[in-house]
Amino acid sequence: MAGDVVIIIPAYNEEHTLSRVITDIRGSVSGVDILVINDGSQDKTEEIVRRMGERVISLPFNMGYGAALQTGFKYALKNDYRYVVQMDADGQHEPKDIPKLLNVVLNGEADVAIGSRFLNSDNYKASLIRRTGMLVFGHIASLIIGQKITDPTSGYQALNSNGICFYASDYFPADYPDADVIIMLHRAGLKIKEVPVTMYPNSQKSMHGGIELLYYLFKMFLSIFLTLLRKNPFPRT
Amino acid sequence: MPVRQQIFSLIVGITVAIFILEMVRRRKLREEYSWLWFLTALGIVVLAIWYDFLVMLSHLIGAVLPTTTLFILGLLFLLLITLQCSIKISALTDKINRLTQEVAILKAELERPGGKDSE
Repeated sequence: MAGDVVIIIPAYNEEHTLSRVITDIRGSVSGVDILVINDGSQDKTEEIVRRMGERVISLPFNMGYGAALQTGFKYALKNDYRYVVQMDADGQHEPKDIPKLLNVVLNGEADVAIGSRFLNSDNYKASLIRRTGMLVFGHIASLIIGQKITDPTSGYQALNSNGICFYASDYFPADYPDADVIIMLHRAGLKIKEVPVTMYPNSQKSMHGGIELLYYLFKMFLSIFLTLLRKNPFPRT
Repeated sequence: MPVRQQIFSLIVGITVAIFILEMVRRRKLREEYSWLWFLTALGIVVLAIWYDFLVMLSHLIGAVLPTTTLFILGLLFLLLITLQCSIKISALTDKINRLTQEVAILKAELERPGGKDSE
Protein backbone atom coordinates (compact mmCIF):
# COMPACT_ATOMS: atom_id res chain seq x y z
CA MET A 1 0.00 0.00 0.00
CA ALA A 2 2.98 2.28 0.54
CA GLY A 3 3.21 5.01 -2.07
CA ASP A 4 -0.34 4.36 -3.18
CA VAL A 5 -2.23 6.54 -0.77
CA VAL A 6 -1.96 10.26 -0.21
CA ILE A 7 -3.84 12.29 2.36
CA ILE A 8 -4.73 15.69 0.93
CA ILE A 9 -5.27 18.50 3.41
CA PRO A 10 -6.23 21.94 2.09
CA ALA A 11 -5.21 24.52 4.66
CA TYR A 12 -5.80 28.23 4.92
CA ASN A 13 -4.30 29.86 8.01
CA GLU A 14 -4.40 26.70 10.10
CA GLU A 15 -1.17 27.04 12.09
CA HIS A 16 -2.95 26.28 15.36
CA THR A 17 -4.49 22.94 14.41
CA LEU A 18 -2.37 21.60 11.57
CA SER A 19 0.49 20.05 13.50
CA ARG A 20 -1.93 18.14 15.73
CA VAL A 21 -3.86 16.92 12.68
CA ILE A 22 -0.65 15.66 11.04
CA THR A 23 0.54 14.00 14.25
CA ASP A 24 -2.84 12.31 14.68
CA ILE A 25 -2.80 11.07 11.09
CA ARG A 26 0.66 9.55 11.62
CA GLY A 27 -0.67 7.84 14.72
CA SER A 28 -3.71 6.45 12.93
CA VAL A 29 -2.34 5.13 9.64
CA SER A 30 1.07 4.14 8.40
CA GLY A 31 2.51 3.96 4.93
CA VAL A 32 0.58 6.91 3.58
CA ASP A 33 1.90 10.18 2.24
CA ILE A 34 0.62 13.47 3.57
CA LEU A 35 0.22 16.47 1.29
CA VAL A 36 -0.87 19.85 2.59
CA ILE A 37 -2.16 22.42 0.10
CA ASN A 38 -1.32 25.77 1.60
CA ASP A 39 -4.00 28.01 0.14
CA GLY A 40 -2.13 31.30 0.32
CA SER A 41 -1.99 31.38 4.11
CA GLN A 42 -0.56 34.44 5.80
CA ASP A 43 0.45 32.52 8.92
CA LYS A 44 3.00 29.77 9.54
CA THR A 45 1.00 26.97 7.90
CA GLU A 46 3.68 26.23 5.30
CA GLU A 47 6.54 26.43 7.78
CA ILE A 48 4.85 23.97 10.13
CA VAL A 49 4.37 21.38 7.41
CA ARG A 50 7.98 21.74 6.24
CA ARG A 51 9.27 21.47 9.78
CA MET A 52 7.28 18.27 10.23
CA GLY A 53 8.87 16.89 7.05
CA GLU A 54 5.68 16.47 5.05
CA ARG A 55 5.19 17.75 1.55
CA VAL A 56 3.42 21.01 0.94
CA ILE A 57 2.19 22.75 -2.19
CA SER A 58 1.84 26.47 -1.64
CA LEU A 59 -0.58 28.40 -3.82
CA PRO A 60 0.66 31.93 -4.49
CA PHE A 61 -2.62 33.44 -3.31
CA ASN A 62 -5.83 32.31 -1.67
CA MET A 63 -7.90 30.41 -4.24
CA GLY A 64 -10.63 28.94 -2.08
CA TYR A 65 -11.32 25.48 -0.73
CA GLY A 66 -12.35 23.77 -3.98
CA ALA A 67 -9.41 25.01 -6.02
CA ALA A 68 -6.94 24.14 -3.28
CA LEU A 69 -8.41 20.67 -2.96
CA GLN A 70 -8.29 20.17 -6.72
CA THR A 71 -4.61 21.12 -6.75
CA GLY A 72 -4.01 18.13 -4.48
CA PHE A 73 -5.94 15.83 -6.79
CA LYS A 74 -3.97 17.06 -9.80
CA TYR A 75 -0.79 16.30 -7.89
CA ALA A 76 -2.10 12.84 -6.96
CA LEU A 77 -2.98 12.12 -10.58
CA LYS A 78 0.39 13.33 -11.81
CA ASN A 79 2.25 11.20 -9.28
CA ASP A 80 0.22 8.04 -9.90
CA TYR A 81 -1.35 7.74 -6.48
CA ARG A 82 -4.16 5.21 -6.56
CA TYR A 83 -6.08 6.38 -3.53
CA VAL A 84 -6.71 9.75 -1.96
CA VAL A 85 -8.12 10.71 1.39
CA GLN A 86 -9.14 14.33 1.68
CA MET A 87 -9.64 15.93 5.06
CA ASP A 88 -9.79 19.33 6.70
CA ALA A 89 -6.89 21.00 8.47
CA ASP A 90 -8.96 22.48 11.26
CA GLY A 91 -9.17 19.29 13.32
CA GLN A 92 -12.84 18.78 12.51
CA HIS A 93 -12.21 15.30 11.15
CA GLU A 94 -11.10 12.44 13.37
CA PRO A 95 -7.99 10.84 11.79
CA LYS A 96 -8.85 7.50 13.43
CA ASP A 97 -11.62 7.19 10.83
CA ILE A 98 -9.18 7.20 7.90
CA PRO A 99 -8.84 3.38 7.71
CA LYS A 100 -12.62 3.06 7.79
CA LEU A 101 -13.00 5.38 4.79
CA LEU A 102 -10.02 3.98 2.98
CA ASN A 103 -11.15 0.38 3.29
CA VAL A 104 -14.33 1.12 1.36
CA VAL A 105 -12.38 2.21 -1.72
CA LEU A 106 -9.59 -0.35 -1.21
CA ASN A 107 -12.17 -3.15 -1.22
CA GLY A 108 -13.78 -1.73 -4.35
CA GLU A 109 -17.10 -1.17 -2.56
CA ALA A 110 -17.28 2.34 -3.99
CA ASP A 111 -15.29 4.87 -6.01
CA VAL A 112 -15.90 7.57 -3.45
CA ALA A 113 -16.40 7.04 0.27
CA ILE A 114 -17.95 10.02 2.02
CA GLY A 115 -17.59 10.42 5.75
CA SER A 116 -20.94 11.32 7.23
CA ARG A 117 -21.38 12.93 10.61
CA PHE A 118 -25.09 12.12 10.64
CA LEU A 119 -25.19 8.50 9.53
CA ASN A 120 -25.03 6.86 12.93
CA SER A 121 -24.99 9.49 15.58
CA ASP A 122 -26.76 12.77 15.77
CA ASN A 123 -24.48 14.53 18.18
CA TYR A 124 -22.98 16.97 15.73
CA LYS A 125 -23.73 20.54 16.70
CA ALA A 126 -24.16 23.03 13.89
CA SER A 127 -26.13 26.19 13.41
CA LEU A 128 -29.77 25.80 12.43
CA ILE A 129 -29.15 27.37 9.01
CA ARG A 130 -26.32 24.99 8.27
CA ARG A 131 -28.25 21.97 9.42
CA THR A 132 -31.24 23.00 7.31
CA GLY A 133 -29.03 23.50 4.26
CA MET A 134 -27.43 20.08 4.66
CA LEU A 135 -30.85 18.49 5.20
CA VAL A 136 -32.47 20.14 2.16
CA PHE A 137 -29.64 19.51 -0.27
CA GLY A 138 -29.01 16.08 1.19
CA HIS A 139 -32.60 15.19 0.40
CA ILE A 140 -32.43 16.66 -3.10
CA ALA A 141 -29.23 14.74 -3.83
CA SER A 142 -30.72 11.54 -2.37
CA LEU A 143 -33.81 11.89 -4.56
CA ILE A 144 -31.83 12.48 -7.72
CA ILE A 145 -29.28 9.73 -7.31
CA GLY A 146 -31.69 7.28 -5.68
CA GLN A 147 -29.43 6.66 -2.72
CA LYS A 148 -29.57 8.13 0.75
CA ILE A 149 -27.09 10.93 1.31
CA THR A 150 -27.02 12.32 4.84
CA ASP A 151 -24.03 14.64 4.73
CA PRO A 152 -23.56 16.29 1.33
CA THR A 153 -21.13 18.97 2.58
CA SER A 154 -18.67 16.51 4.06
CA GLY A 155 -15.07 17.24 3.12
CA TYR A 156 -13.90 13.97 4.66
CA GLN A 157 -13.67 11.51 1.77
CA ALA A 158 -11.65 8.67 0.32
CA LEU A 159 -11.42 8.14 -3.43
CA ASN A 160 -9.97 5.61 -5.85
CA SER A 161 -8.44 6.47 -9.21
CA ASN A 162 -11.84 7.06 -10.84
CA GLY A 163 -12.65 9.59 -8.16
CA ILE A 164 -9.20 11.17 -8.45
CA CYS A 165 -9.63 11.60 -12.21
CA PHE A 166 -13.00 13.23 -11.72
CA TYR A 167 -11.87 15.67 -9.02
CA ALA A 168 -8.79 16.62 -11.04
CA SER A 169 -10.87 17.35 -14.14
CA ASP A 170 -12.50 20.60 -15.20
CA TYR A 171 -15.87 19.20 -14.18
CA PHE A 172 -15.03 19.76 -10.56
CA PRO A 173 -16.38 23.12 -9.40
CA ALA A 174 -13.59 25.30 -8.14
CA ASP A 175 -15.41 27.13 -5.36
CA TYR A 176 -17.17 24.97 -2.84
CA PRO A 177 -18.02 21.33 -3.59
CA ASP A 178 -21.34 20.25 -2.14
CA ALA A 179 -24.40 18.19 -3.05
CA ASP A 180 -23.92 19.17 -6.71
CA VAL A 181 -20.63 17.24 -6.82
CA ILE A 182 -22.33 14.14 -5.41
CA ILE A 183 -24.90 14.34 -8.21
CA MET A 184 -22.13 14.87 -10.77
CA LEU A 185 -20.27 11.84 -9.43
CA HIS A 186 -23.40 9.75 -9.74
CA ARG A 187 -24.08 10.99 -13.27
CA ALA A 188 -20.49 10.19 -14.19
CA GLY A 189 -21.20 6.62 -13.18
CA LEU A 190 -19.11 6.61 -10.02
CA LYS A 191 -20.22 4.65 -7.00
CA ILE A 192 -20.70 6.53 -3.76
CA LYS A 193 -20.91 5.18 -0.27
CA GLU A 194 -21.40 7.03 2.98
CA VAL A 195 -19.43 5.93 6.00
CA PRO A 196 -20.19 7.08 9.53
CA VAL A 197 -17.37 9.21 10.96
CA THR A 198 -16.79 11.43 13.95
CA MET A 199 -16.68 15.14 13.33
CA TYR A 200 -16.00 17.84 15.83
CA PRO A 201 -17.77 21.17 15.61
CA ASN A 202 -15.78 23.84 13.89
CA SER A 203 -15.48 26.75 16.26
CA GLN A 204 -13.96 29.48 14.11
CA LYS A 205 -15.62 29.64 10.76
CA SER A 206 -19.30 30.11 10.07
CA MET A 207 -19.60 29.64 6.38
CA HIS A 208 -23.08 30.80 5.55
CA GLY A 209 -24.69 33.96 6.76
CA GLY A 210 -26.74 36.69 5.15
CA ILE A 211 -25.79 37.42 1.56
CA GLU A 212 -23.44 34.44 1.56
CA LEU A 213 -26.33 32.16 2.42
CA LEU A 214 -28.46 33.58 -0.39
CA TYR A 215 -25.60 33.13 -2.84
CA TYR A 216 -25.04 29.60 -1.57
CA LEU A 217 -28.71 28.67 -2.06
CA PHE A 218 -28.75 30.21 -5.53
CA LYS A 219 -25.50 28.54 -6.52
CA MET A 220 -26.55 25.12 -5.29
CA PHE A 221 -29.92 25.16 -7.01
CA LEU A 222 -28.40 26.43 -10.25
CA SER A 223 -25.53 23.98 -10.13
CA ILE A 224 -27.78 20.98 -9.45
CA PHE A 225 -30.24 22.07 -12.15
CA LEU A 226 -27.49 22.55 -14.74
CA THR A 227 -25.80 19.30 -13.79
CA LEU A 228 -29.04 17.55 -14.69
CA LEU A 229 -29.27 19.42 -18.00
CA ARG A 230 -25.77 18.51 -19.18
CA LYS A 231 -25.85 15.56 -21.53
CA ASN A 232 -22.45 14.02 -21.14
CA PRO A 233 -21.31 14.82 -17.64
CA PHE A 234 -17.97 13.11 -17.66
CA PRO A 235 -16.28 10.81 -20.13
CA ARG A 236 -15.27 7.88 -18.00
CA THR A 237 -11.81 6.48 -18.35
CA MET B 1 -35.26 63.27 -38.64
CA PRO B 2 -33.92 66.84 -38.55
CA VAL B 3 -30.66 67.36 -40.41
CA ARG B 4 -28.87 68.39 -37.21
CA GLN B 5 -29.74 65.12 -35.50
CA GLN B 6 -28.64 63.21 -38.57
CA ILE B 7 -25.29 64.99 -38.73
CA PHE B 8 -24.73 64.50 -35.01
CA SER B 9 -25.53 60.77 -35.17
CA LEU B 10 -23.27 60.35 -38.19
CA ILE B 11 -20.40 62.06 -36.40
CA VAL B 12 -20.89 59.87 -33.32
CA GLY B 13 -21.06 56.67 -35.35
CA ILE B 14 -18.03 57.46 -37.47
CA THR B 15 -16.00 58.64 -34.45
CA VAL B 16 -16.73 55.40 -32.62
CA ALA B 17 -15.71 53.36 -35.68
CA ILE B 18 -12.46 55.30 -36.14
CA PHE B 19 -11.66 55.09 -32.44
CA ILE B 20 -12.15 51.30 -32.40
CA LEU B 21 -10.06 50.92 -35.57
CA GLU B 22 -7.28 52.93 -33.99
CA MET B 23 -7.39 50.88 -30.80
CA VAL B 24 -7.12 47.65 -32.79
CA ARG B 25 -4.31 49.11 -34.90
CA ARG B 26 -2.36 50.01 -31.77
CA ARG B 27 -3.09 46.55 -30.37
CA LYS B 28 -4.88 48.00 -27.37
CA LEU B 29 -8.00 46.07 -28.31
CA ARG B 30 -8.01 42.57 -29.70
CA GLU B 31 -9.81 41.89 -32.94
CA GLU B 32 -12.04 39.33 -31.27
CA TYR B 33 -13.49 41.97 -28.97
CA SER B 34 -13.83 44.65 -31.62
CA TRP B 35 -16.62 43.23 -33.75
CA LEU B 36 -19.44 44.08 -31.34
CA TRP B 37 -18.19 47.65 -31.13
CA PHE B 38 -18.02 47.92 -34.92
CA LEU B 39 -21.54 46.60 -35.08
CA THR B 40 -22.62 49.35 -32.68
CA ALA B 41 -20.98 52.04 -34.81
CA LEU B 42 -22.49 50.59 -37.95
CA GLY B 43 -25.92 50.54 -36.30
CA ILE B 44 -25.64 54.21 -35.39
CA VAL B 45 -24.63 55.20 -38.93
CA VAL B 46 -27.36 53.11 -40.60
CA LEU B 47 -30.07 54.50 -38.35
CA ALA B 48 -28.84 58.06 -38.88
CA ILE B 49 -28.99 57.80 -42.66
CA TRP B 50 -32.01 55.57 -43.04
CA TYR B 51 -34.73 57.12 -40.85
CA ASP B 52 -37.52 55.05 -42.41
CA PHE B 53 -35.82 51.92 -41.19
CA LEU B 54 -35.94 53.26 -37.64
CA VAL B 55 -39.66 54.02 -37.99
CA MET B 56 -40.23 50.55 -39.39
CA LEU B 57 -38.33 49.01 -36.48
CA SER B 58 -40.40 51.04 -34.01
CA HIS B 59 -43.60 49.69 -35.55
CA LEU B 60 -42.20 46.19 -35.44
CA ILE B 61 -41.44 46.26 -31.72
CA GLY B 62 -44.50 48.35 -30.85
CA ALA B 63 -42.63 51.45 -29.71
CA VAL B 64 -44.53 54.73 -29.99
CA LEU B 65 -41.56 56.97 -30.60
CA PRO B 66 -38.52 56.20 -32.78
CA THR B 67 -36.34 57.64 -30.00
CA THR B 68 -37.53 54.83 -27.72
CA THR B 69 -36.30 52.33 -30.28
CA LEU B 70 -32.94 54.06 -30.33
CA PHE B 71 -32.64 53.85 -26.54
CA ILE B 72 -33.67 50.20 -26.52
CA LEU B 73 -31.12 49.36 -29.19
CA GLY B 74 -28.47 51.29 -27.27
CA LEU B 75 -29.25 49.35 -24.09
CA LEU B 76 -29.25 46.09 -26.00
CA PHE B 77 -25.78 46.71 -27.39
CA LEU B 78 -24.45 47.63 -23.96
CA LEU B 79 -26.01 44.49 -22.54
CA LEU B 80 -24.35 42.34 -25.19
CA ILE B 81 -20.99 43.96 -24.68
CA THR B 82 -21.06 43.52 -20.89
CA LEU B 83 -22.22 39.93 -21.33
CA GLN B 84 -19.30 39.32 -23.65
CA CYS B 85 -17.02 40.71 -20.94
CA SER B 86 -18.56 38.45 -18.27
CA ILE B 87 -18.07 35.39 -20.44
CA LYS B 88 -14.47 36.31 -21.12
CA ILE B 89 -13.80 36.99 -17.44
CA SER B 90 -15.22 33.56 -16.54
CA ALA B 91 -12.95 31.91 -19.09
CA LEU B 92 -9.97 33.90 -17.82
CA THR B 93 -10.74 32.96 -14.21
CA ASP B 94 -10.73 29.28 -15.16
CA LYS B 95 -7.45 29.65 -16.97
CA ILE B 96 -5.83 31.54 -14.09
CA ASN B 97 -7.01 28.83 -11.70
CA ARG B 98 -5.51 26.09 -13.82
CA LEU B 99 -2.27 27.99 -14.33
CA THR B 100 -1.91 28.76 -10.64
CA GLN B 101 -2.49 25.14 -9.68
CA GLU B 102 0.04 23.92 -12.21
CA VAL B 103 2.64 26.49 -11.20
CA ALA B 104 2.21 25.58 -7.53
CA ILE B 105 2.58 21.86 -8.29
CA LEU B 106 5.64 22.41 -10.48
CA LYS B 107 7.23 24.68 -7.88
CA ALA B 108 6.69 22.09 -5.17
CA GLU B 109 8.26 19.42 -7.40
CA LEU B 110 11.24 21.62 -8.20
CA GLU B 111 11.92 22.10 -4.52
CA ARG B 112 11.51 18.39 -3.93
CA PRO B 113 12.79 16.63 -7.05
CA GLY B 114 11.48 13.25 -8.03
CA GLY B 115 7.92 13.60 -6.77
CA LYS B 116 6.63 10.99 -4.40
CA ASP B 117 9.49 8.53 -4.70
CA SER B 118 12.17 10.69 -3.14
CA GLU B 119 12.15 10.44 0.57
